[in-house]
Amino acid sequence: MAKRIDISGLSAYYSAFKAIDDISMTIEPGSVTAFIGPSGCGKSTFLRTLNRMHEVTPGGRVEGKVMLDDENLYGSGVDPVTVRRTVGMVFQRPNPFPTMSIYDNVAAGLKLNGIRKKSELDGIVERSLKGANLWNEVKDRLNKPGSGLSGGQQQRLCIARAIAVEPQVLLMDEPCSALDPISTLAIEDLIGELKTRFTIVIVTHNMQQAARVSDRTAFFNLSAVGQPGKLIEIDDTERIFSNPSVQATEDYISGRFG
Amino acid sequence: MSDTVMDARPASGTPASPRLASRHLPRWSPLAIAAGAIAVAAGIGAGAGLSSHIQWGLIALVLFVAGSYAITARVEGRRQAKDRVATSLVWSSFVLAVIPLYSLVETTISKGADVIDGTFLTHSMNNVLTIQPGGGVYHAIIGTLEQVGIATVIAAPLGMLTAIYLVEYGKGRLAKWVTFFVDVMTGIPSIVAGLFILSIWFVALGKAPASGFAGSLALALLMMPVVVRSTEEMLKLVPNELREASLALGVPKWRTTVKVVLPTAVGGITTGVMLAIARIAGESAPIALLVFGSAAINTDPFHDPQSSLPYYIYEQYNNGNQPSYDRAWGAALVLIAFVMVLNLIARFIARWKAPKAGR
Repeated sequence: MAKRIDISGLSAYYSAFKAIDDISMTIEPGSVTAFIGPSGCGKSTFLRTLNRMHEVTPGGRVEGKVMLDDENLYGSGVDPVTVRRTVGMVFQRPNPFPTMSIYDNVAAGLKLNGIRKKSELDGIVERSLKGANLWNEVKDRLNKPGSGLSGGQQQRLCIARAIAVEPQVLLMDEPCSALDPISTLAIEDLIGELKTRFTIVIVTHNMQQAARVSDRTAFFNLSAVGQPGKLIEIDDTERIFSNPSVQATEDYISGRFG
Repeated sequence: MSDTVMDARPASGTPASPRLASRHLPRWSPLAIAAGAIAVAAGIGAGAGLSSHIQWGLIALVLFVAGSYAITARVEGRRQAKDRVATSLVWSSFVLAVIPLYSLVETTISKGADVIDGTFLTHSMNNVLTIQPGGGVYHAIIGTLEQVGIATVIAAPLGMLTAIYLVEYGKGRLAKWVTFFVDVMTGIPSIVAGLFILSIWFVALGKAPASGFAGSLALALLMMPVVVRSTEEMLKLVPNELREASLALGVPKWRTTVKVVLPTAVGGITTGVMLAIARIAGESAPIALLVFGSAAINTDPFHDPQSSLPYYIYEQYNNGNQPSYDRAWGAALVLIAFVMVLNLIARFIARWKAPKAGR
C-alpha cells in the first residue's frame, strides 16, 4: 500500500531560475519524513515535484528521476493525472471547494473521477472523515457547506478529501501553519495514525513539530538569495536534532542561523 | 527574570500625551450648512436675476462645499475639514448621477404607463393607421425575444469558451491575439456590425436578408466581446488554490474547469451574460439594416421581416403624431421593464449560486 520514493539527481526550475539543485534521497514506505529549512530554500517546490504539481505553475520544469517503487514519475508515457491519484497532497491553507457540501468535498476526488454509486460513496466518505478525526464533529451536517467549518476542521476536511482517493503517498505542505495549537495537535495525532497506511512527507517551519511527528528529517538550505536550494542532509529525526553531522543543520536547529 | 516588573509610568520629561477627544460639530451641522447654502444661493440667484434653477443649484453646491470646509476647519481641524469636503463631493456626485436616471425613469413611466394595457401588449400594428390610437407591441416583443434569444444562444457559449481558453489554457501568441481582437470587437459600433452581416449576406446569398436571424447574428457579434470580458474577469477571481486542490486529487484539467472552476464563478458569469443581453436588447441599428421591421406578427425568425422593441420605438417616433408618440413611450417602458427583469433574474441567480459560508 505505502510506497517507497527514491529521488535521484532532481532539479526544478521556474522558467530560467533554478529553484532546487540536484537532490537525491530515499523516503521509506510507511514513515513520516519532515522537510525543514529557511524560507525560499525550495522545500515546497521539492514537495510539489513529488506529485508533478510543480509543472502546473507556468514555467515549471523538472529534471531528474523520482522512482515510486519501480516506476519513474517523470518517465515517458506517465500521465500526471494518474500520478496525482497515487500521491495525494494537503496544502498550506485549507482550501475546501466553496460550492460543495462537506460530503461532496470529501467525495470530490471520487466523483470527479467518475465513481457515482451512492452506497459506495457513503462508505468511503464516512471512512475518510473518521480517518481524519472529523466524523463526530460533522456527521450531523454533512450537507452543509464545507467553508462554514473552522480553520482546523477545514484542514482536516482537506485531509479527508485527500485520503478518500486512497493514495499511497500523502504530501503535506505546512499543513498546520494557519492553525491554532489545538488544531495543530489534532493534525499531528492524525499524522501518527495515518503513517501506518501512507508514506507521509511533511514540510514544516516548526522544528518541534518535525521532532514530534517525523521519523526522518531532511534539512534544506540555500547559499544565498537567488541561488538554488540544496539538500544539506537527511537522517533519523533523533540524530538530526541531537547530533547532526553538518554544522549548518545544528546552527539552524539551535537558532544560530545567520 | 520573573521578579522584573515593567515600569508602566512614562519616563520623566516625556510631554503629556495629547487629549484623544477634540471638539466636534453637532450631527445636524451638514444639514444646517446645506440649508444655509441653499438659502444664500436662492438669495444670490434672485438678486442677480438668474432665471435658470440649475445655476441656483450649482451656486448652492459650491457654497455648501466651501462653507463646510471653512466651518469644519475652524471647529474640528484641517484633516476633518478635508474629510467633510471629500464626503460632500462624493454625495453631490451621487446626486448628480441619480438625477438623470430618476428623470428618465419618471418620464418614461408617466408617458408610457397610460398606453400600456392588455390590448397594447397583445396586439400588433397590423391594419392600424399610425395616426389612430390603438395597436400594440406584441409583434415587437416577439421579435426582440427571438432575436435576442438566438443571439444569446450563439454568443454566450462562444464567449464563455473563449474566456475559458484565455484564462485556463491560453498562453503565448494566440492568446495575445485573441485578447487583442476581443478588445477591438468591444469597440465596434452597432451599425458596423450590422453592415458586416449585411455584406456577408449579400456575398453568400446574393440578396437582402430581411430575417430576424440576420439581426441575431449582428447582435451576437456585439454581445460576444462583452461576454468574454466579464467571464474572463470572473474566472480570474477563482482562487488558484481551488484548481490546485482539484488537480492534486488526480482530477483531469478539463474536469477541474467544468466541476470546480465554473461552479465557483457561475454567479458572476450569469450576471455578465445578463448584462450583455441587456446591452443588445436596446440595439436598433442592426435591426433596421437586417430585419427591416414589420407591422404584422411574424413568429418565424428565419423568414421575412420582423420588428423589435427598439426598432418599434424608432418607427413610431418617426411617424410624427401624438398616438404614435404615445406608443413609442409605451414600448420604451416595456423595453426598460424587460431589461430590469433580466437584471433581477441575474441578481437572483448570482445570490442563489454564490459560494455559501453558512453553517
